[in-house]
Amino acid sequence: MQEPILSLKNVVYSFKTYGGTVKAVRDVSFDVRPGEILGIVGESGCGKSVTAQCIMRLNPEPPGFFEGGEILYKGQDVLKMNKKELREFRSKEIGFVFQDPMTSLNPTMRVGAQIEEVFRGHKDISRQEVKEKALEIMKLVGINNAEKRYRQYPHELSGGMKQRIMIAIALVSQPSVIICDEPTTSLDVTIEAQILELLLELREKLGTSIIMITHDLGVIAKICDRVVVMYGGKLMERGTVDEIYYETAHPYTKGLMESIARLDTAKDERLHPIEGTPPDLFAPPVGCPFAARCEHCMQICNELPPEEIHFSAEHSTVCWLQHEMAPETSFRRPHMDAGKEEI
Amino acid sequence: MHQVDYNSTPLVQVRNLSKYFTVGHKAVLKAVEDVSFDIYKGETVSLVGESGCGKSTTGRCLIRIYEPDNGQVFYEGKDINTFNKREARDFTRKVQMIFQNPYASLNPRMTVKEIVGEGLKLAKMPADQIEARVQELLETVGLNKEHMSRFSHEFSGGQRQRIGIARALSVDPEFIICDEPISALDVSIQAQILNMLNQLQEERGLTYLFIAHDLSVVKYISDRVIVMYLGMVVETAPTEELFAHPTHPYTQALLSAIPEADPKRARASHRIPIQGEIPSPVNPKPGCRFADRCAYATDICRQKEPENREIRPGHFMACHNR
Repeated sequence: MQEPILSLKNVVYSFKTYGGTVKAVRDVSFDVRPGEILGIVGESGCGKSVTAQCIMRLNPEPPGFFEGGEILYKGQDVLKMNKKELREFRSKEIGFVFQDPMTSLNPTMRVGAQIEEVFRGHKDISRQEVKEKALEIMKLVGINNAEKRYRQYPHELSGGMKQRIMIAIALVSQPSVIICDEPTTSLDVTIEAQILELLLELREKLGTSIIMITHDLGVIAKICDRVVVMYGGKLMERGTVDEIYYETAHPYTKGLMESIARLDTAKDERLHPIEGTPPDLFAPPVGCPFAARCEHCMQICNELPPEEIHFSAEHSTVCWLQHEMAPETSFRRPHMDAGKEEI
Repeated sequence: MHQVDYNSTPLVQVRNLSKYFTVGHKAVLKAVEDVSFDIYKGETVSLVGESGCGKSTTGRCLIRIYEPDNGQVFYEGKDINTFNKREARDFTRKVQMIFQNPYASLNPRMTVKEIVGEGLKLAKMPADQIEARVQELLETVGLNKEHMSRFSHEFSGGQRQRIGIARALSVDPEFIICDEPISALDVSIQAQILNMLNQLQEERGLTYLFIAHDLSVVKYISDRVIVMYLGMVVETAPTEELFAHPTHPYTQALLSAIPEADPKRARASHRIPIQGEIPSPVNPKPGCRFADRCAYATDICRQKEPENREIRPGHFMACHNR
């Protein structure tokens, strides 16, 4: 197995608010390997965006704070970095593509200048070189007529074009990881397909790892290698794309898949929604966060948090149904025998 | 399964509908141009297309939010823009709308009871009956009477959309225009709302115009599909027919772009390339509006607007080369 480039270990992240402490991320661990596309999937409020923002420590602290865990990037703990190191880390090592390109670009700056902004403060590079680099990167992300676009303002560009600019900005410093937080949610399907293809192409060309945060299982199926499913601030299931889709081991993952209308769903077939609503993270349930909405909920699910159970090198789930004393269900998978595997 | 009688007079007939907006000096945004279609009683018709294709504007012309610049909309055979006062009031009772954004379409200063009961109040229903009726409506959409005195900010997105649906149902409409009713909701909640819309249709014989951009949802819910591109209808067909034999190059590209939630099929599928983005509808060029992005475009496409012709029973399409 390849050495991970980024690994989160038991990260717990909360926010202090007037209403109390919101436990947004509760004990989440996963790895990102070089050149892979890792998907994080879940509904709104499941903590997927906060997890991603944690990695770059983008949330203002306070009100946000780490209650525990570590985030190792090439062996160095991001949580222990001082201001200067953190600045280096954010500007050179990781790129971030935000969900809504309409609001995350500065409307008063030409897009060229926004791409170049990353170089500001670097003394060893001339203006001309900076511009050349910016144009080169604009071409790389598939912007035709880059010279003209370079001088335009964000409002003159379409949604897809703005998202390409966002990706260009993330790429400028040649980061080894790009975090994409729902990059295609606000785009039309034909444009979405173009952007997803661009990401695949960039991974191919540059060998960048990509963390793809989305609620769309179609997007995951299309581009990801491995998937992490989150719910209520916790990790529910993880594995390779095929394992998650074809050997689903957690009722929540299954619920997500059955609740979407697919192209092969017959018209008179009823969809199977997940009844109820996500848990309140001010007072998260003690047991499994999904227990209240789960069809297979047992008594223990409300009382004790389940442990992670491994089925293969990649595939694992956090669910009591996998316990040997649980009743037999369609979710049951043979456990990996080799005792406790390293996570 | 509900049955639709296609030999009856259509409930809604749209004839050569056009809606233009002036957006500055000599600039005309042709949002909808020469659109015609029928909707039969008990049917679900979907309008699909990318943002800016005029699907919402069409929906709004149908409910008299906008007055068309050209063409007519007939409801039960009568032109809705020539209604007198009484007919107009009757029309607002029969036709209702569910909006896209449940966060913006509910008045934050009104309680749920006031929101849902507003239409009833306008219909001069006595106050004591309103209370009972609102309660009944909330139960229909899966909420309960404790929710009546709450404000909309106390609800989640899915619950708010249910309130919007209860409001639309309050006056016993025949025809509901659903303008992207689920696109702002989470996937697990989307299915709840879709199932509810289906069930209400079966119970009450409702007719829907479903405006959406999510083609998997459209395939699931509709009987017929109308594909729009830049203000014009490019293809109309029964759902099964459209998904089995998409003919217009735009429809084909749109269908092939859907991300499928199945990794094996996603890897095997090949997207029909579609270059660039949707052009501006301001002062559009003559000829077929899709010509600039179309892989099959020839000279005639840039000169002459294609006609909408029937290629198979019930399947209409507007392209020169197909």
